[in-house]
Amino acid sequence: MEPLTWFGAYAGGFGGLLAIALTIAVICGLCAMLLSLTSSSTKGSFSLFNGIAVVVLLIVGFSYVYATVTGGAGGGMDSGSLLKILGLLLGFALFAAMLGYFMNTFFDDPAATMGYVFTLALKAIGLLIAAWLVWTLLFAGAGFRDYVAGLDPDAMPDADTLAAEKRTAIMQGRGIIASIFMRFMPVWISIAVLFTLSALYKRKLGLYGKLYDNIIGMIGFGLVMFWVFTAFYSGFFDMIATHGALDQASGMKNKLPGTPLRGAEAAEYPYYLLGGDNLARDVFSRMVMGSGIVIMIAPLATLFAFMVGITLGLPAGYFSGPALRSLKSYGAIATAVVFGLAALATLITSGFMNFLLFAVVLAIMLLLLFRTSLDTALSFLANLILAFPVILLFYLLVTPEIVETGLPQYMAVVLFAFPLIFVGVLLHSRLRTQPAKNKLWLTVWLVPMFLIYMSTINTADSKIDFWPLDFFDIPGGILVVFVSVVFVNSPTVFRIVRGLALDINSRDYVAAAQTRGEGPWYIMLWEILPNARGPLIVDFCLRIGYTTILLGTLGFFGLGLPPESPDWGSTINDGRKLLMIYAHPALPPAFALLSLVLGLNLLADGLREESLKD
Amino acid sequence: MGLFILRRLGVMLLTALCLTFVVFFLTNLYPNLEKLAKTQGNFRMSDEQVESYLGSRGYLQPLPRKYAEWLGLAPGFLSQDTEGNAVGRCIRPGVAPEKTPTRCGILQGDWGFSTVFKEPVSAIIATRLGLTAKLMLWVMLLMVPSALIIGVLAGMREGSRTDRTLSTLSIATTATPEYVSGVIFIALLASSRYGVSPMLAEAGLIEGKTLFKGTATSAMESANFQNFFLPVLTISLYGMGYIARMTRASMAEVMTAQYIRTARLKGVSFRNIVMKHALRNALIAPFTVIMLQIPWLLNGVVIVETLFNYKGFGWTLVQAAGNNDIELLLGVSVVSVFVVLITQLFSDIGYVFLNPRIRIS
Repeated sequence: MEPLTWFGAYAGGFGGLLAIALTIAVICGLCAMLLSLTSSSTKGSFSLFNGIAVVVLLIVGFSYVYATVTGGAGGGMDSGSLLKILGLLLGFALFAAMLGYFMNTFFDDPAATMGYVFTLALKAIGLLIAAWLVWTLLFAGAGFRDYVAGLDPDAMPDADTLAAEKRTAIMQGRGIIASIFMRFMPVWISIAVLFTLSALYKRKLGLYGKLYDNIIGMIGFGLVMFWVFTAFYSGFFDMIATHGALDQASGMKNKLPGTPLRGAEAAEYPYYLLGGDNLARDVFSRMVMGSGIVIMIAPLATLFAFMVGITLGLPAGYFSGPALRSLKSYGAIATAVVFGLAALATLITSGFMNFLLFAVVLAIMLLLLFRTSLDTALSFLANLILAFPVILLFYLLVTPEIVETGLPQYMAVVLFAFPLIFVGVLLHSRLRTQPAKNKLWLTVWLVPMFLIYMSTINTADSKIDFWPLDFFDIPGGILVVFVSVVFVNSPTVFRIVRGLALDINSRDYVAAAQTRGEGPWYIMLWEILPNARGPLIVDFCLRIGYTTILLGTLGFFGLGLPPESPDWGSTINDGRKLLMIYAHPALPPAFALLSLVLGLNLLADGLREESLKD
Repeated sequence: MGLFILRRLGVMLLTALCLTFVVFFLTNLYPNLEKLAKTQGNFRMSDEQVESYLGSRGYLQPLPRKYAEWLGLAPGFLSQDTEGNAVGRCIRPGVAPEKTPTRCGILQGDWGFSTVFKEPVSAIIATRLGLTAKLMLWVMLLMVPSALIIGVLAGMREGSRTDRTLSTLSIATTATPEYVSGVIFIALLASSRYGVSPMLAEAGLIEGKTLFKGTATSAMESANFQNFFLPVLTISLYGMGYIARMTRASMAEVMTAQYIRTARLKGVSFRNIVMKHALRNALIAPFTVIMLQIPWLLNGVVIVETLFNYKGFGWTLVQAAGNNDIELLLGVSVVSVFVVLITQLFSDIGYVFLNPRIRIS
């Protein structure tokens, strides 16, 4: 079988047109940008910015000259080609200057004209691509019809051969890109349905609906939903990926994109669409499967970080004055109990000497809490964590040796308790005056959460293994990665929430609630928090992107998840070793990660813009 | 002002103490020590051998005692191994046992001895930090001017097409972590089989096989455009977008100020408004951001140095952490913590100088 080409059988004609449209778009876009720097002001100032462009180009050219003359670049350029480049650069600058002058003379608003041509060219490019895709998908089978027509009618091959032949012919006609497009078909349909429905009812959908007025936000949301749906369909229905994440096929090691599978059975997908990696696994399938891990961990970890940050940040911003006032207050008792438990845990796990030291430190901290405000104490802790370089922290927390000590599990005990505390306080502060309803709601929420909490932290054959009702075990690697990502993210969330709380504290409605006699937690969770939701939602989107980057970083250093895991960071790490010879295994996960994070950032930008509008 | 700096220095010292203790605690957990013993001795040690190895080198003392030794408050551990040679914290190869000082810790100016590199930690950190400083210098030289230019161009006409293009561009760079952009750059520009290099080589435009080098190892001795540009570009891109966005926001805010409108009504040309009236005030906020960006760059440095095999500070961090080299790791964390805290201090102080409306009391 022939390997697949990138664009299939019908690329020729469309390619030429596309190149023309692309050239027009690039030239017009550049001119529009140069011109828009100057429009609406006096015409003379154009020379300044053209000057900047020329200087930049000259600097680039000069650095090449320098590199060649000093010979430092070793294998730099020879003087002839250098002159060519310099000539090109100067020619371009001259062209831009002349064009600008010409446009300024003949058009009222040259930037707008150029911009208009630019958008037209962009639209043409979009239409061309769509037309090519439709054409390719419609007529991909033409090769097969030719094949059948050329067959000897007396010696027809059997049905199986024909079916196999048909499949290969169609794939050949489609090429790699159209085939990948077809594999993602469920995702396209879901996105189309979601966008149509949302756009139809956007006036009823609040902030989410307003997103559909914002083109940047829509693009971002589309990118995010693309990966969400991909993760969903590949994770639950096993749909998009063509092979298993760990399946190895003989002879497919480091093979280029579009290589046919040797001796593929009828049920198997006959090609490696994006090639094979250094262990002969399918790069495309691994990229698709990798989305599942990211989409599962990143939003959830961010949510947990927000719970921690909100639960600690609100009181830090709200309360002023010493953190603890008298020994008999609830706060003092709770702190003493927590400290006592921590000291006890030290005594049991790491010996008397350490216990003594720890007890002294805790005692000093307790005394300090009577002097300093909660804000100072918590901010110091947050800054402490933030002063750590993230990667050092990961190396200290995520190695197998540390996992062996059970430290991540203990951290999970603390960090995973925050959602419980948050929901508990949230409900109790609201329903305090209606004891019956309060009890009901607290039971309905807290009992299932507590069970999930216990099953999460309790893992068979580890340091915490006593709870009988263990419904599920989280694979070790994922728990460790999860905990460390939450730990790294929560101080930043804490700082944001604290800042917002400090700001909102002085509003009238807070004073009104205080005058009504509402409790502090009611004010924090039901007055301050809802009014801080705008910035928090935006930051939530951004932070999911940042968490995705962190997960990739962990994978890049080979920490946490097992090395054969298909998550993007690990795959990039796998692929970078042979990067200069075989680039294709590393690039798809890299672009996948890039597009997801970019989508989240654009979404956050759109949300910010829309939420500022009212 | 003096009091403010003193207080900040005090907090800094306390933070450094806490952090080094945390690092100390984590690196001294028993499984980590076991790994250390096995990598230093041999991998087939039995549990008893590991214990005696660790015990004879003082690793099994109580944690506070070991920490005090590292700080130089307590006398260094001293004992003899099975052959009767003196072993201990302060013993150095080439120094006679009689001349060994009783205390050797941070307070005595001794940062310890690296178990991986077999060199004093202070020497390693000094050379590696020098290499990273070179990298950072070029990163700053590339990142700061381009970020400021992009930010100012985008912010001076809020909502225009330029603004939208440049803003989207800066969002895109913040969304590209170093390990993604580095991989893409290497594949596109430094591979002899992919990207532009084969085309350029075929056209005879470059002499070597590739346009840029995919490793920066040779840049440690002599850095040039070909072997150093990609790592520098990779780190700068990630930080650039953020600074550009901050500059844009601050520029956009300044451009709506009253005095700009006044200048405009008086008929000052747009160029003069931007260059003479707006620019100086718009650059106050980005200054803080640039200072606070330095600790973030440290992260990028670790990734990029690993990816491009440039043996600087970040590479050392990875080596030390991967091999549980306790004293080197402590040295590295002390340095990075101080970098973080000092840049914070500088940004606060610089802000006061740049913006006379702020007073520190």
